Amino acid sequence: MREKEYRYASAAHNGLLFLKSVPGVAFGDRVGIRDQHGRQRNGQVILSSDEVVMIQVLEGTDDLNLDDTWVRFLEEPFEMPLSPDVLGRVFNGIGEPRDDRPPIISRLRRNVNGQPINPIARAYPREFIQTGISAIDGLNSLVRGQKLPIFTGSGLPHNKLVAQIVRQSKLLGEESRFVVVFAAMGVSYADAGFFRDDFESNGVLGNVAMFINLADDPPIERLILPRTAMTAAEYLAFDQDLHVLVVLTDMTYYAEALREVATAKGDVPTRKGYPGYLYSDLAEIYERAGRVRNRHGSITMVPVVSMPSDDITHPIPDLTGYITEGQIVLSRELHNQDLYPPVNIPPSLSRLMKDGIGKDDTREDHPRVASQLYAAYAKALEVRNLASIIGPDELPDLDRKYLQFADGFEQHFLAQGVDEDRSIVQTLNIAWELLSLLPGEVLSRVSEADLARYHHWDRTT
Amino acid sequence: MTDTGTVIEVNGPLVRAHLPGTANGEQVQLGALGLTGEVIGLDDDRALIQVYESTEMLRPGEPVTPLGHPLSVELGPGLLGGIFDGIQRPLQSLMSEAGDHIPRGVSIAALDRDKPWSFTPDTELKTGAEIRGGVVLGKVQETDAIEHRILAPPQTRGELLELAAPGDYNLKQVIARVRGPQGDIQELKLFHRWPVRIPRPYRKRDNGIAPLLTGQRILDTFFPLLKGGKGAIPGPFGAGKTMLQQQIARWTNAGIVIYVGCGERGNELVDILESFPNLTDPYSGRSLMERTLLVANTSNMPVVAREASIYLGVTLAEYYRDQGHDVVMLADSTSRWAEALREVAGRLGQMPVEEGYPAYLASRLASFYERAGRVQTLCGDSGSVSLIGAVSPPGGDFSEPVTNHTKDIIQTFWALSKPLADARHYPSVSWTESFSDSVDAAAIWWSREVDASWQEKRTQALNLLGRAEELARIINLVGAEALSPMQRWSVEMAALVREGLLQQSALDEVDSYCSPQKQFALLDLIISLYQQGKVLVQAGVPVSSLLALPEIGRARRAKNLYGNEQMQELAALGKEIHARLEKMRREYEEQSK
Ligand SMILES: Nc1ncnc2c1ncn2[C@@H]1O[C@H](COP(=O)(O)OP(=O)(O)OP(=O)(O)O)[C@@H](O)[C@H]1O
Ligand SMILES: [Mg+2]
Repeated sequence: MREKEYRYASAAHNGLLFLKSVPGVAFGDRVGIRDQHGRQRNGQVILSSDEVVMIQVLEGTDDLNLDDTWVRFLEEPFEMPLSPDVLGRVFNGIGEPRDDRPPIISRLRRNVNGQPINPIARAYPREFIQTGISAIDGLNSLVRGQKLPIFTGSGLPHNKLVAQIVRQSKLLGEESRFVVVFAAMGVSYADAGFFRDDFESNGVLGNVAMFINLADDPPIERLILPRTAMTAAEYLAFDQDLHVLVVLTDMTYYAEALREVATAKGDVPTRKGYPGYLYSDLAEIYERAGRVRNRHGSITMVPVVSMPSDDITHPIPDLTGYITEGQIVLSRELHNQDLYPPVNIPPSLSRLMKDGIGKDDTREDHPRVASQLYAAYAKALEVRNLASIIGPDELPDLDRKYLQFADGFEQHFLAQGVDEDRSIVQTLNIAWELLSLLPGEVLSRVSEADLARYHHWDRTT
Repeated sequence: MTDTGTVIEVNGPLVRAHLPGTANGEQVQLGALGLTGEVIGLDDDRALIQVYESTEMLRPGEPVTPLGHPLSVELGPGLLGGIFDGIQRPLQSLMSEAGDHIPRGVSIAALDRDKPWSFTPDTELKTGAEIRGGVVLGKVQETDAIEHRILAPPQTRGELLELAAPGDYNLKQVIARVRGPQGDIQELKLFHRWPVRIPRPYRKRDNGIAPLLTGQRILDTFFPLLKGGKGAIPGPFGAGKTMLQQQIARWTNAGIVIYVGCGERGNELVDILESFPNLTDPYSGRSLMERTLLVANTSNMPVVAREASIYLGVTLAEYYRDQGHDVVMLADSTSRWAEALREVAGRLGQMPVEEGYPAYLASRLASFYERAGRVQTLCGDSGSVSLIGAVSPPGGDFSEPVTNHTKDIIQTFWALSKPLADARHYPSVSWTESFSDSVDAAAIWWSREVDASWQEKRTQALNLLGRAEELARIINLVGAEALSPMQRWSVEMAALVREGLLQQSALDEVDSYCSPQKQFALLDLIISLYQQGKVLVQAGVPVSSLLALPEIGRARRAKNLYGNEQMQELAALGKEIHARLEKMRREYEEQSK
């Protein structure tokens, strides 16, 4: 740490503080700032030259009195102290306790930015996680080490769904459960409280590390929070051999904070005013999920991303989709029909599903059933659309079957209780009940052997 | 070489330094950590440097050492089967040295200097022979599948003084001495360097003549790309760009595959690394990894090296082309490369013109794709580089700058469609938005190698799809009942084309790769069925009784039921269908008498 404290910053606005003529300051250096009330703020150097140093202040700069603001360069990056005791604790964005308990004391501290994983050190994720939710397990299976976001909108039950995933997730034939790293950025007190209560009532609070920045906390701190949380997750997974489930909510508030700072810095805006580096910035966070060869633990990530105005092409869900390994998209239309979980099937996808399901993992017919359900539901939605124009009575027989299929699929396959934990076999059996509403000839995605074994069209007609 | 300079300003990946005497493009090393960077702009004795590694904790006042050469690639045996980052650091060695994460400031030579290679000199070359760039000095067997020719570097000129005898040599050893026109002696080794931003020279350009086969019906049969061609795969997230590129990497008939993961996911490269060694090249019968080379700059690795990775990849491709190979380079995704350009341009304060991109985006894209082509090499052989770039348009909007400019440059456009992907119709290549400028050229090959009616049947299939699309609009207004029987037959048969021909799952063991013969057989089967059925419908046979035929279900599944080696069975199915319809026609004639 430099002994010297500097005063007389030349300017401060929008969370940025400018200092003139402080030579040799390191880019990315952590900065301690003492304001006129003697309160400590945290900052980071985001541009450094001998003429001017630009500091991003996590707590904001609105009310700084520059005549009485003291800046100290700490000569270190932001670091998170790490020990197994992080579980059961609540932290703020920079890893300081928020739970009135003493800070984590450990000699092990890591730079919150982490280092990129060498791609060849990764192990391909392929172990099926049963969440007990048919829309996920059957059609968009999650595997250990995957990053699978939930695309949602205001008022949709994403919290309920995430909590259900956290509660029910398990590996088939394995006892060990996940430990959870919960990172909240810009969410309401009520939302954060909902998760806390859910963890508590399930008796797992001791297995959860929480990193919280609420809606009324300083927004710039959100930029560092997921990095701090991922540093803890990496430690738990790759040093402590634990299987970690990371929940990041809500990445949209994170990205908005990023835009705020980018605008203040004068970065060239691209779509909707977000800076061009939003993709890389998000990737730095999301790509920290995964499996590493020769390490026992894993990081599975479920980020929550709300789609502003339910628009999936908005830059935040769009860029997220380009980075993550699929997405679970929630539908307002289904939600308005009181259907839970309201998963919008066509745009939902799990890219890592293909290697985690089938004969040795779930059931032999699973990949083809999933593909068939997708195809049949897509066709059924077309028919439903047509029926709304010309009336269902005008439809040919087969099309009426498709209508029945669509309804059944939504009511019996998609819909389930918040506490209903279905096995994958149950899920697949429900799928076959529904596929049996359609004649075998149109089911070209499943094999003839599958039809012989599971299809019972004759019994249902 | 210039003197050491000093850092003046650090702004993310961009550094301003006092560095008199440097040149644009020069490589530099920065600070105590020895980060690698490249000079990209000059302003008096100040240089603008883009840094390939994170600049965290770098500070003004730290030294900048110029390295005296531009960003260059090492070209020689030992590349194939390897995986390199955007500035050609071998990731395998990096892991042995530094563990699971990529540290900063580590430089490791791309090629192993100590590994011996068994060199066979070209027996035609005698002492005193005139040596020019591109001359084949000899060869080494790089992998069991690939013979690697050792070329005199392009700038070589002179008289051969000495060529090594057959035997084992490593990369440090001299294998030839050449006396230049000025009497200077050049020592040639098994490898040489080449600056990545400069295209490697060749004798002349030739037109493409043969299709680059991929084993994917929608590509080979409908929108072909020639060897030496330029293709793009635009599509929204999750539409299947990466899967399609991986399918091409697996099944292409090119000799060498260079796969560049540019700003995409780490797991996708692992997927290749774990699966390719166990997959067999359908042409050579050898492990796929023996002809494959990976360049990986994943999305979490520093942005600036992403920009370099594309040039690294294409230079490697040109090098194998110069040895007389057909090379395909796949870049996933060129949008991330363009964004890296944008990022640097933005920090340089250059004027953004569209969506933040600098004005030179289009020309950079064009000069990258210009490096594709079929050429006569410096030593007179024929070789080619085919370039296929994925494009990731924001919001899936094809009118955005990168897609738009790319579209103007390439010859084959494989547009992926979100509605098709959402219905799990893969590959989700849209038959209405895609195009290929190379159909006529490909047709020559197809009619010579497979069947003379290829082009005609291909057109019929596309027309059928087009007609069905028009009819779908009618159905959506008034329902299917309003269609005439003939229209209904077209709609049903178009569905058969979609399901039985266009859809091809990469995950299906039988259907993942489809030989040209099988591609044509399926096309022929379905088009013949359609044509023959038309006659029956015209004669008054109800469409529903045609559709009830179990043979139609078989035609729909034929792609999965018959492997590439079961062409006879497939032909038999065709005959069976023909006979069945013929019988039906006769029966119907009887009845209506
Ligand atoms: N040819 C195919 N056969 C079978 N499945 C496919 C095929 N193409 C795509 N898919 C499915 O679609 C998923 C997404 O494909 P892919 O990862 O290639 O998309 P992408 O366009 O590269 O997306 P992104 O831009 O986000 O990288 C795959 O994981 C796979 O499930
Ligand atoms: Mg991709």
